[in-house]
Amino acid sequence: MKITFKINGESISKDIKPSLLLIDFIRDGLGLKGTKPGCLEGECGACTVIVDGLAINSCMYLAININGKEITTIEGLGTKENPLDKVQEKMVEHGAVQCGFCTPGMVMTTKAYSDKCIAEGIIPTQEEVKKSLEGNLCRCTGYAKIIEASEAVYKQER
Amino acid sequence: MERKLKHIGKSHTKFDAKERVSGKSVYGHDIDLPNMLHGSILRTAHPCAEIISIDTSKAEALDGVVCVITADDEIVDVNNISYKRDHPILKKGTVNCNRDEIAAVAAISKEIADKAIQLIDVKYKVKQGIYDPIEALKEDAPMINEFGQGEEKFGNKNIAESFHYEHGDLEEQKAKSKVIVKRTYKLPRVTHACMATSNITAEFNKLDGRLTLWSSTQVPFLYQRDIAHALKMDPSKIRVIQPTIGGGFGSKLDMHPFEPICVLLAKKSGKPVQIVFSREEEFILSPTRQPMTIELTTGCDAHGKFTFREVEIIKDNGAYTSWGATTPFVMMQSYSSLYQVAACKFDSHAVYTNNPFAGSFRGYGNPQATFSIESNIDLMAEELGMSQTEIRLINANYKGEVTGQGLHYKTCGAIPALKKVIETSDFENANSKTKGDRYKRGIGLASMLHVGGGAKIYRSDGCGTTLKLDHYGYLTIITGSNEIGQGSETVLAMIAMEELGLPEEKIRVINTDTDVKPWDVGVHASRTSFVAGNSLLGAIKLLKEKLSKKATELLDVVTDNWEYADGKMSFNEFEIKMDKVAREMHFGFPHELCTVNYFYEPPSKFQDKDFKGDVSGNYAFASQAIEVEVDTLTGKVEVLNTHVSQDVGRVLNPLGLQGQMEGGLATGIGYALTEEMIYENGVLKNPSFHGYKLLTTTDMPPVNFYPIETYDEAGPYGSKGAGEAPLIPTAAAIANAVSNAIGVRFYSLPITAEKVLRALHEKESMETIERR
Ligand code: FES
Ligand code: FES
Repeated sequence: MKITFKINGESISKDIKPSLLLIDFIRDGLGLKGTKPGCLEGECGACTVIVDGLAINSCMYLAININGKEITTIEGLGTKENPLDKVQEKMVEHGAVQCGFCTPGMVMTTKAYSDKCIAEGIIPTQEEVKKSLEGNLCRCTGYAKIIEASEAVYKQER
Repeated sequence: MERKLKHIGKSHTKFDAKERVSGKSVYGHDIDLPNMLHGSILRTAHPCAEIISIDTSKAEALDGVVCVITADDEIVDVNNISYKRDHPILKKGTVNCNRDEIAAVAAISKEIADKAIQLIDVKYKVKQGIYDPIEALKEDAPMINEFGQGEEKFGNKNIAESFHYEHGDLEEQKAKSKVIVKRTYKLPRVTHACMATSNITAEFNKLDGRLTLWSSTQVPFLYQRDIAHALKMDPSKIRVIQPTIGGGFGSKLDMHPFEPICVLLAKKSGKPVQIVFSREEEFILSPTRQPMTIELTTGCDAHGKFTFREVEIIKDNGAYTSWGATTPFVMMQSYSSLYQVAACKFDSHAVYTNNPFAGSFRGYGNPQATFSIESNIDLMAEELGMSQTEIRLINANYKGEVTGQGLHYKTCGAIPALKKVIETSDFENANSKTKGDRYKRGIGLASMLHVGGGAKIYRSDGCGTTLKLDHYGYLTIITGSNEIGQGSETVLAMIAMEELGLPEEKIRVINTDTDVKPWDVGVHASRTSFVAGNSLLGAIKLLKEKLSKKATELLDVVTDNWEYADGKMSFNEFEIKMDKVAREMHFGFPHELCTVNYFYEPPSKFQDKDFKGDVSGNYAFASQAIEVEVDTLTGKVEVLNTHVSQDVGRVLNPLGLQGQMEGGLATGIGYALTEEMIYENGVLKNPSFHGYKLLTTTDMPPVNFYPIETYDEAGPYGSKGAGEAPLIPTAAAIANAVSNAIGVRFYSLPITAEKVLRALHEKESMETIERR
């Protein structure tokens, strides 16, 4: 089946099997290995990507459903001038990374949520920030620094 | 002894953080070699059975399958693996636990390999199985592991490993005791749940017989030797490359069967093969913390001074014996030497069962030991009418103490750490906080002792470093040590920045390839910053000698007192760029490169046959005070706040250290409250994140961390190992807090809502009966 979509700013058409999972398409079909397979059961959030502004678990999403949509993966953040997005910068600064396997998912979830908050002019409370990341598991950090980093994104945008 | 430092002690972001946040780091899952095949392993359908027959013909016939192996394949010419060499890589005849590997497939895709596995037909004769170590110890129990040597060595065929330790005069101390408390504790089976599942990629070159492995091992040099032994190879023909590792926590200390199996598939197929576990496989297959039953008797005299500890431990070893069987090394330290203990007797037996085998896990037996010790301390205090703080303070370890086991505390932050958390948590007042009807609050206290300067359990506990200063003033640190997310690379870079005055962008750390890097024993025992840091400092000293010699010659000045800053060396009005010195060394006489090698071996000693001796370069001490709230309607325990104080010798990187604390606490809280692998007759019932509850963002309490700096001479800049400690006393402190909140004490973990509710109901009905 042929699908057309935009990924990280680039328009692409591809023939794919209807049963193909988005995570496999991204990692194996497009060679974008930054999106991580933590469980493939929709439980850990490591595979989070943004589809039309919404953070989704790419392991629970069929690739055909991106037809006509816009996708951002971890590789799509940042610009030529600023290779790191603000969310990524804050994660680095606040020490939110240890082994880093959960990190792309944490970054993408935060990115989608912060874009939405900023667009709506909302500054979320700490509780709301925690809630936004509840679906992302991390075994190394105890989350404190991830939450701090995420909050710092909003503080800066104020 | 405090020297003014520019980088050490200041927060530094992680050396590799930018790679990580941008998704550029290459983990095992991301490796894709040309012509690579994907492997899949068939595991037994029953935890205890005889294998009658294995028919692989349908799998072999499947399109896309390249090869299938079973124990009978001629390529499977292997040795048993594991700490006791009691573990066949591929099983034949019998299977002993739910992890047992029967066959493996390599195919052109993971999908096909998984499908082929389903097509393998195995006929079993199912056997009863023994899932309780007490049953396994009975006379009439069958022998579980045919390679076990329990009968000859320990007097029971199903004992895999035993330890006995004692010091002091137990009977005399018992006679002195005013209070004696005896309790039995039951610790659950929990798992590392690394976010990256286990993985391996193997490439075997038939032309020269060399093997390259991309492996997430924590101990590459021991691993190289283990793989060589398993596959009857020459270790030097094995190159171990560590891709980025997505979590270790001890799970990658042992080599597991899937690793040599992957090599066998690569050998047979003649192509590179990759095996990556699914999350379900990860839950079933990766090692666990030791489940155990601890019977602890402790005493104190009329003043609250501890008199003795007597402990009997039965550990569920599972079907095979991993490094985890040696956790008593650490446990006996806590029983003998956490607080002052006049006499101690320790016995532990790891008993074979048909359960999955346990392995090593951050803390290495210590969370279990500490849970029992600290619970008993609260019970003794209660019986004596003494406060929980006082009983701990009067017994706390002190500087200069040589314990009954021979641990020598050249520095000791035990009392400062205790005092700190007592003060910051306002322990005495928090303790008597008025308690509401439905929500009851409580606070608990616990301390811990752990090795801080490595642990000599292998013939060498050392680490090598090679340094290269190039023509352009860039430094390459080639270290034997490993990075598994804990931030050791960052600390090494900081040390080089500090000592050589080089900016971060001129420093590179190479640490992932056994063909390149010098020897190191591996990541465990909170040793990396300590051992690799000392090794790097030694190497830097040699490098400076070299630079100094050349610079004095070039500038015609005699001194050893060079200052290193901004890529330059200076002395009074003399100044020269380091890159120039390196070039002159090379291009001018004596025509040598600006490189050095250094190997550091810590001063620690092997323990003697009675397990006595000063086993670590130094020792870490910590205390935690934890506040909880128990919802008596639902039974849910919420951790409201944590106060953590730890003797880290000296803080090297505050940001990294705080991260270790928070991460450790999270695992400790999970151990206390939510995590448990539910096994029924050898089968795991909850192999997913849905059923096995890790903490999430909303469960995490604040972590108020207060480092104690004792400046221990043995460690780099006075530091001590810190990584494991933060999760060790957590469950103990939480259990004490819950008891404080609701007046019910739990002797087993995790303290789940159901357990709390049941206990509250029991308490209520007891009280009603008493009232009648
Ligand atoms: S990999 Fe998709 S949620 Fe875990
Ligand atoms: S940093 Fe390792 S899982 Fe989050």
